[in-house]
Amino acid sequence: MYKTLLFMPGNNPGMLVSSDVLGTDAVLIDLEDAVAINEKDAARVLVVEYLKTFKNQTDVFVRINPLDTPFFYDDLDAIIDSEIEGIVLPKASVESMEALDKYLTEKNSDFKIIGLIETSLGLEMAMEILSKSKKVIGVLLGAEDLTLDLGAKRTKESEEIAYARSKIIAISKALQIEAIDTPFTDTDDYEGLKKDSLNAKDLGMTGKALISPRHVDIVNNVFAPSQAEIEYALRVVEGQKEAIQIGLGAFSLDGKMVDAPIIKRALNLLKMSGDYKEEYDELLK
Amino acid sequence: MNYLNNFNIDSIKVIDKSEYPTKGQKKNKVTENIDDLFKELNIKDGSVLSFHHHLRNGDHVTNLILKQVQKLGIKDITLVASSLFPTNKELIPLLKDGTIKNVVASYISGELAEAISHGELKGNIIMQSHGGRARSIANGELKIDVAFIASPSSDDKGNISGVNGINSCGSMGYAIADSMMSEKVVAVTDSLVEYPNYPTDITEDYVDHILLVDSIGLKSGIVSGTTQVTKDPIGLKIAKDTLKVMEASGLLKEGFSYQSGAGGISLAVTSFLRDYMLENDLKGGFASGGITGYLTDMLEEGLFESLYDVQCFDLEAIESLKKNPTHLRMSASQYGNPEVSAVVDNLDIVILGATEIDTDFNVNVMTGSHGMLMGGSGGHQDTAAGSKLSIIVSKLFSSRIPLIKDKVDVITTPGTTVDVLVTERGICVNPLRQDLIKQFNEAKLNVVDIKELKEYSEEIMGKAKPIEKTDRVIGISEYRDGKILDYIYEVK
Repeated sequence: MYKTLLFMPGNNPGMLVSSDVLGTDAVLIDLEDAVAINEKDAARVLVVEYLKTFKNQTDVFVRINPLDTPFFYDDLDAIIDSEIEGIVLPKASVESMEALDKYLTEKNSDFKIIGLIETSLGLEMAMEILSKSKKVIGVLLGAEDLTLDLGAKRTKESEEIAYARSKIIAISKALQIEAIDTPFTDTDDYEGLKKDSLNAKDLGMTGKALISPRHVDIVNNVFAPSQAEIEYALRVVEGQKEAIQIGLGAFSLDGKMVDAPIIKRALNLLKMSGDYKEEYDELLK
Repeated sequence: MNYLNNFNIDSIKVIDKSEYPTKGQKKNKVTENIDDLFKELNIKDGSVLSFHHHLRNGDHVTNLILKQVQKLGIKDITLVASSLFPTNKELIPLLKDGTIKNVVASYISGELAEAISHGELKGNIIMQSHGGRARSIANGELKIDVAFIASPSSDDKGNISGVNGINSCGSMGYAIADSMMSEKVVAVTDSLVEYPNYPTDITEDYVDHILLVDSIGLKSGIVSGTTQVTKDPIGLKIAKDTLKVMEASGLLKEGFSYQSGAGGISLAVTSFLRDYMLENDLKGGFASGGITGYLTDMLEEGLFESLYDVQCFDLEAIESLKKNPTHLRMSASQYGNPEVSAVVDNLDIVILGATEIDTDFNVNVMTGSHGMLMGGSGGHQDTAAGSKLSIIVSKLFSSRIPLIKDKVDVITTPGTTVDVLVTERGICVNPLRQDLIKQFNEAKLNVVDIKELKEYSEEIMGKAKPIEKTDRVIGISEYRDGKILDYIYEVK
């Protein structure tokens, strides 16, 4: 599970070279918005060469250009043999998700997909869009383009995207994929970033995309489970193991009933903290 | 007092009444006439003249005085300047015409440095540390004929203060040894104030003449408005890891002492250290060196007991020095002279930069990737030697040139005194410090072998081309105790 996913411009070699030392869980190399139209080819070549030359220690996704541009297949053709985790699909639609899935399937690629929902139509059809490929592991909310499309004013308080956030989160839970929050765009407002990230986490987002490397630590800290949360989750898991052994359907912890949703939450938290063990797979069967 | 052992003391003649002293004012020290002053100073071919660098790139005094020397046709001067900056490019013609023969400095940058690297100096350049410079002046090894002290303010008797005057620079630590040991001392000022001028950095008993000029410098070049923490994410990552190193060393405990430079990464370390100290309710003893607003804020917050200030880097530091009694002045000798008790010997942790480091941890901060002079030890050698933990912070590459080399161009600080290198891709520990390696491994820090990191960086960026130099030695890199560390060669 990715707490932090940092966008890196695909046309900046200095930033690419250092992208894996910044503490982010995933790097999103951007061939779309960060690259001017007259630099698309150069950036694509640079990214491919970078991926060939460097062994990035962090999971890498590449944000390709949308299907309605001439660069969609050029980008895919260029990176298809690279050692990356997957693709971020911008302006995800039913059509573009099908096209991407078809392309990857034909190429026998195991790339994963993060769908970027950033239009009002995309938001309303997100369930269908994200269901179009089994390769989808996450959904990313793109609030800047979305609010533009909605005709809404983008604010730091983000009330204008409350509905979009909740909808994205609900769909992500239904599909059991990651819910990735939109980036916080004021690179110098650390307090605002923390508040925004906490808000997203409390709503149910599992991670957040970033546009500044200086945001990595704060967001990692917000989304990382606290020690107390980890300890509680481990107690839940141990309790469940014991309950299974003695044939109990549910058990009580600290005076409260522990049932399947609480166990699920504990397991998800342990996945995020890195404390998850394979043996826990059995606990919800 | 040679009468003490004279057993025939009654044979000594008592002076006659006619020889009794008369009451009266001493000679006026102040002049505005540089020509008259030079007649009195008796500067001649081969004289040794000294200057301090507290006005940094805003200094007008060094150029003004040396151009007067040139005007008078005096040759073969040894220029002893604690540092020289880009503003001193006006001195290049004085190398060519033989006015200046030798240079002794602790730091040199800009076009003058490049001209010297290209062999324009008739004699030699000797690069010293700040403490080494003070040592050589204080013990008489380096004899100065006339010290010209750029003075932000002086009264008519020569009490010099660095915090008063329109061109205030704060502490004047690098000028103290010069003022005490030079044959003659001239305060050069543009701000003559009422007697007594206080707080005093150099007192009247050391000052022979006061030259009043229109301007000693340009404020904007003397101090920066505010020094800035780096915003570069790689620099911040290095700074964060440096704090982890400091914590793992066990030295971050009540009363610890600390020094860092004013570079972006060093300031970021100080900024993270402040947060750490607040979070952990930790109070340090002293911080030292060149002082910035970050450190004066920490002093005011009670995070340090005191500051030892040899030079102020920004306006906040100057203001603090003026008003805060626990913000202490120190001379370069007190700072780092290896022959006396010095502040650096009480330092726990120092954060330093590097332009190159080799696999034996020898550091170069004197020449750049082109081989030309562009820096110098400053307090690098002194603090590395004196501190319990010397940490070099640097990115692994600078403009695609790897930091780690097989051999550095010029050794400024010997590797035997450098403990740790922190880069964005790992922490290298000098094998001489097995204790630290053990502590860092226990703390699960990303400790890597410096040779492996060198190989990694060369794999990515390739090996830098060797710098093209001639066989001619143009100077030496001197260690703080006067021993020769390395030669400086002419660049082609």
